[in-house]
Amino acid sequence: MPEEAKLALEDGTIYKGEGFGFKTIKPGEVVFATGMTGYVESLTDPSYKGQILMSTYPLQGNYGISREWFQSEGIKAEGFIVREHNTHPSHGKSEESLTEFLKEFKIPGISGIDTRSLTLKIRKHGTMKGVLATEEIEDQELITMAKEQPEIGEVDLVDQVCVKEPKVYGEEYKHRATILDCGIKNNSIKALLKREVGVLVLPYKTDVKDILDYSPEALLVSSGPGDPTRVKKAAENVRDLAEKMPIFGICLGQQIIGLAFGAKIYKMKFGHRGINQPVKDLTTGKVCITSQNHGFTVDPKSLEDTPLKMNQLNLNDGTPEGLEHEELSISSVQYHPEAGPGPHDTDYYFDNFVESLKNY
Amino acid sequence: MPRDGDIKKVLIIGSGPIQIGQAAEFDYSGSQACKSLMEEGIETVLVNSNPATIQTDIDMADRVYVEPLTPEIVTKIIEKEKPDAILPTMGGQTGLNVATELEKIGALEGVKVIGSSVETIRNVEDRDLFSSFMDRLNEPIPKNRAVTTLEEALEAVEVIGYPVIVRPAFTLGGTGGGVAHNEEELREVATRGLEMSYINQVLIDESVMGWKEFEYEVMRDKNDTCIIVCNMENLDPMGIHTGESIVVAPSQTLSDIDNQRLRNASIKIIRALQIQGGCNIQFAVHPETGEYKVIEVNPRVSRSSALASKATGYPIAKISAKIAVGMTLDEIRNDITKETPASFEPSLDYVVAKIPRWPFDKFKGINKEIGVQMKSTGEVMSIGRTLEESLHKAIRSLDIGRYGFDEMEYTIKDLVEPTDNRLFQVYTALKSGASTEEIQEITKIDPFFLYKILNIVDFEKEIVENKENILTTPLLRKAKRMGFSDRKLSELTGVPEEDIRKTRIDTGVTPTYKMVDTCAAEFEAKTPYYYGTYEEEDEIPVSHNQKVIIIGAGPIRIGQGIEFDYCCVHAAMALKEEGVETIIINNNPETVSTDYDISSKLYFEPLTLEDVMGIVNKENPDGVVVQFGGQTSINLAVPLANEGVTILGTPHESIDQVEDRERFTRVLNRLEIPQADYGIAHSFEDARKVAERIGFPVLVRPSYVLGGRAMEIVYDDLELKEYMKEAVRISPEHPILVDKFLEDAIEIDVDALCDGEDVFIGGIMEHIEEAGVHSGDSACVIPPQSIHPDVIEKIKEYTAKLALELNVIGLMNIQYAVKTDDDDKLYILEANPRASRTVPFVSKAVGIPLAKIAAQLMVGYKLRDFGLGDDVEIDHVAVKESIFPFIKLPGSDSVLGPEMKSTGESMGIDESFGVSYYKAQLSAGMRLPCKGKLFISVRDQDKGKILDIVKKAEELGFELVGTDGTAEAVEDDVKISVINKVSQKSPNIKDAILNGEIKLIINTPSGKQSADDNYLIRRMAVELGIPYVTTLAGARAALNAVRTIEKGKIGVKSLNEYHHNLE
Repeated sequence: MPEEAKLALEDGTIYKGEGFGFKTIKPGEVVFATGMTGYVESLTDPSYKGQILMSTYPLQGNYGISREWFQSEGIKAEGFIVREHNTHPSHGKSEESLTEFLKEFKIPGISGIDTRSLTLKIRKHGTMKGVLATEEIEDQELITMAKEQPEIGEVDLVDQVCVKEPKVYGEEYKHRATILDCGIKNNSIKALLKREVGVLVLPYKTDVKDILDYSPEALLVSSGPGDPTRVKKAAENVRDLAEKMPIFGICLGQQIIGLAFGAKIYKMKFGHRGINQPVKDLTTGKVCITSQNHGFTVDPKSLEDTPLKMNQLNLNDGTPEGLEHEELSISSVQYHPEAGPGPHDTDYYFDNFVESLKNY
Repeated sequence: MPRDGDIKKVLIIGSGPIQIGQAAEFDYSGSQACKSLMEEGIETVLVNSNPATIQTDIDMADRVYVEPLTPEIVTKIIEKEKPDAILPTMGGQTGLNVATELEKIGALEGVKVIGSSVETIRNVEDRDLFSSFMDRLNEPIPKNRAVTTLEEALEAVEVIGYPVIVRPAFTLGGTGGGVAHNEEELREVATRGLEMSYINQVLIDESVMGWKEFEYEVMRDKNDTCIIVCNMENLDPMGIHTGESIVVAPSQTLSDIDNQRLRNASIKIIRALQIQGGCNIQFAVHPETGEYKVIEVNPRVSRSSALASKATGYPIAKISAKIAVGMTLDEIRNDITKETPASFEPSLDYVVAKIPRWPFDKFKGINKEIGVQMKSTGEVMSIGRTLEESLHKAIRSLDIGRYGFDEMEYTIKDLVEPTDNRLFQVYTALKSGASTEEIQEITKIDPFFLYKILNIVDFEKEIVENKENILTTPLLRKAKRMGFSDRKLSELTGVPEEDIRKTRIDTGVTPTYKMVDTCAAEFEAKTPYYYGTYEEEDEIPVSHNQKVIIIGAGPIRIGQGIEFDYCCVHAAMALKEEGVETIIINNNPETVSTDYDISSKLYFEPLTLEDVMGIVNKENPDGVVVQFGGQTSINLAVPLANEGVTILGTPHESIDQVEDRERFTRVLNRLEIPQADYGIAHSFEDARKVAERIGFPVLVRPSYVLGGRAMEIVYDDLELKEYMKEAVRISPEHPILVDKFLEDAIEIDVDALCDGEDVFIGGIMEHIEEAGVHSGDSACVIPPQSIHPDVIEKIKEYTAKLALELNVIGLMNIQYAVKTDDDDKLYILEANPRASRTVPFVSKAVGIPLAKIAAQLMVGYKLRDFGLGDDVEIDHVAVKESIFPFIKLPGSDSVLGPEMKSTGESMGIDESFGVSYYKAQLSAGMRLPCKGKLFISVRDQDKGKILDIVKKAEELGFELVGTDGTAEAVEDDVKISVINKVSQKSPNIKDAILNGEIKLIINTPSGKQSADDNYLIRRMAVELGIPYVTTLAGARAALNAVRTIEKGKIGVKSLNEYHHNLE
């Protein structure tokens, strides 16, 4: 018989379902993602650190798990909420089932719950703190845990996922991109290597002096979890390096660049998590479908007094999807051009980056 | 307005009659396109020969032409209307063909082709162009070659590689093909194929049989913005036409990388083709390696795009039409959220399943295998939160008497060469212990799906082992969450269905309703499109408005076609206009009724009592309308009434009064309306006695029938015995009806409205074919051409009497027979107190929306409120002709009889009967010739009746050819040459037909269907597209039409002009 699992929310609601994966209790911010494929990529995306991920598509695990699809060395999300998890995956590349995968990384999963009702709740109330328990525990205790855990903006999540030591990929290539790491995804690294550009991944806290010692050609501020105001050092680095090299940013990277130039950040009601977000390039008028995963955003109004201007726009809610520095070679996107999961429409962003890097 | 300012007037090409492979989906997309362009202030002109569509309603475009979709006729419309552009991409293959032909004959001078250009159409339609186009894009397609010798075949395979599919280029019934895995097999299959092909050519295709099949629905605008509306996965592997496959949405077994790879390819293709609008792309994916091939590209809306629209809530046709006139995706709003733009990709939080509906119950002795040729007439779609639930709901929606997975006998061959029963046979195999690996090996169905079926098998075992616990909440709830019906649970446990239902409701195990919102709840949705499931939360608010539920007609099938959907739509729109909240329940993804802007609320659900009651209990409507959804909805009348539900309109007792033959006879006797002698038989002996009493020939059928199922005319004892042995299981509970068959009678169809006080005759239709041919298959004409005014008066009198006696509120259809050889005696054949399939035709012929008025009568209006007293006089003639699926069903005979076989209809409208009939024939694919060889061969009993026909033919200048018996019968009066029968030596009629010498065939069937000469002649006519007639009345009408056409030109006129007095 399947074991009972529980999800408690900070508002005191308890959802009961069937447990799978690892037997444990994990707190986190409950967020929903609307992509219908890509659970392996999402679960291993460092940006989900501190969050319990829920898929709105009800059937998860259908095509199993392959290491090829990982975006980091393992699962980064705190838990996985689904309507149904598949125990007999079918795919030529599958190595194991979803439940085995979760067990391996000691992550709990809950299935069988009305994920649509939970999504509606989050849409109405905003993201909520929650606790996922696949072990026995009293309801009340669980609710208390859900309430008493810190807000996501109060935790240094980036430090939990970024590199501790510099790391080099593609040493053989003539050019090299430097990544200020806040939780880089494998796909970003692959996107550069594919273009025959090597990659140096540095901890975001690296001192400017040390960064300059590597003679970087261009800097990419990576995506990552949580509130960008908690990684002040990254913003300081951007400010200090701004006039020295081209700087690009992805997702959290855009927020960090925003902060570096005086923009404000706010926490969105429930963020953007999906692979179907329409973004319009205000320069060309073109629309692309993008992959997104963020709960914080640059406040477009706060850009007025900065040298940054918005050059890409989210067509659903008007939030800034791209920023560009008026004078310097600095630009950023809020979405994930590296995809994984999601569409490859904005892959050209890496072409732009590489071009700037080579021309510098 | 950001749209293309040069386009002010657009001609929209419809898809013509409903046929296999091109059905109601084009009414849905065509109607959406019309509305969408009108919304943008564009003047619209529509041409479509199919009257049974919402699209051809007079208010759907500024000008509506119900005219044949031939290049000549459409050219005339272009000359008259002078549109700036034509939009061919809403009319299916027909639309594309018309555009291509128009361009060929130079009729598009100064007219823009929007949506897809003629060049784009050619690039995907022409085999060679497609192949080189894909090569240039570097997108893989299965390799193929056309060869004319065995040596060439062997050479071709050196390039292509085994296995290959070998298809003879031109054979009767597409037979003679096969798969070759090695040289030995290739030699055999190719040799046979070359022999069977009339042009000695076979096509050698690289085999992707057994690969997985996926479809992507792509949209592109002029700015090159591209989106994928939906991707879909076929449960059935490659080798089974996607229209014949069970399809689920979204894809289930593609990883994100796989998905993006196919998405990228789709976008690359649509960009290269420069399509502005929707496009469907089919892929084959190797189950192990993930390698893919592009199989097909459809640069237009399609059956799949209709399914994708309903599966996601994203209206592809509507948006495509706006894009075609120059708008961009980011400036068009998403109708469902109202806030977000159309330039996004829908996200589903449910699983959609589609299952086709096949017409095999209508054709004796035909091959039921499903494969590369589409044979299904319609489909159902279901929405659930698990695949098990969706499959269960889809099975219930099929309306085939199944309420879940049923066991079915099978052989390994059935699994290798699947038929319409494959889902049930796979289930049975798994249930009897076969492993998923074994079944996968044989069927190539992905294990993902097999495990889902296995889950159902396993859970059924659990239920059977825990019978005593079925009424406990956990088990019941689990069963419902897997989609089990109460009825199936009852079958499994022996607990009465009513007990299960009652316990369920008492303990709160009831359906919750969720919204289809395109965005997985990310944004607030405004559109009322719902489905039922067993979850925690019901999110659908209920109003206290006056409200009515309209029960839909389910899947399109022979006998219950698009006409009923048309009526449901009219009813919904009429009541909505009255301020009544209208709720449609239906499960057909192809139709207009399941468009979310037709009713106030749409529930996409099966139409079983349980599913309908779930909604009734939630919504608590003032009444339910069952009159418009054909037999599917009528069958629910009594069960719903028994649950205490108010049936609006005609009381449900009246339905039983006409369906129960003995009760009906008492009504007729009371009203002194004559009917043919008949008897009810409970055994063969009974039947023989009845036949003896009333005299052969007799019409025999089971007592309750739909679309004349298992109905036959028998001429003697022997045939009667045969019938009873083959067609029906007779028993005391299931008696058969034996009616005196009225030979040589003219059949009449009447559609009338009644408000309980007055009766309005909408239309009296005279059938062209004689009584005995199913009324749904016969051509018919308004107004009647050969009926004496006294008889017409009598028809009106009987109709009024009966409608009032039955308390009809709304529509009623009555069929009569006039015995012209017996003093014009009038008999009633059948009465149906509901909307009939001729309602749309009559409405368009006379210019009065009968179904709309019927709905208004149900909520209290009177006929006089609409000024409907006397029946309408029209000064034009409208002819309806039926369209048959014989070409798509190898082995089927084109003879007409009491069993309905047609899938759709065309309408010809003009000043005279001759031209109208000619137009109707043209729309039905019969281009009647004005000269050449006319072959005639009739059965013995007709030989004395053909003199006028052959004389007329001779007079018109036809060269007569006949078989010896037929020729002998008339050779004294006309010049006719004798030709050998098929079974006689060459040169015979078969050679003459194959050589293209015969231009028109008149062939009446002799006795029962058999593999005789006549069958072969008819079959060849079907396959070679030679005009043919199988009844004498049809022959007379055809020659009459030829005469009229010879005399003058064919003109075009819009319905608006015919009915100008109504505007």
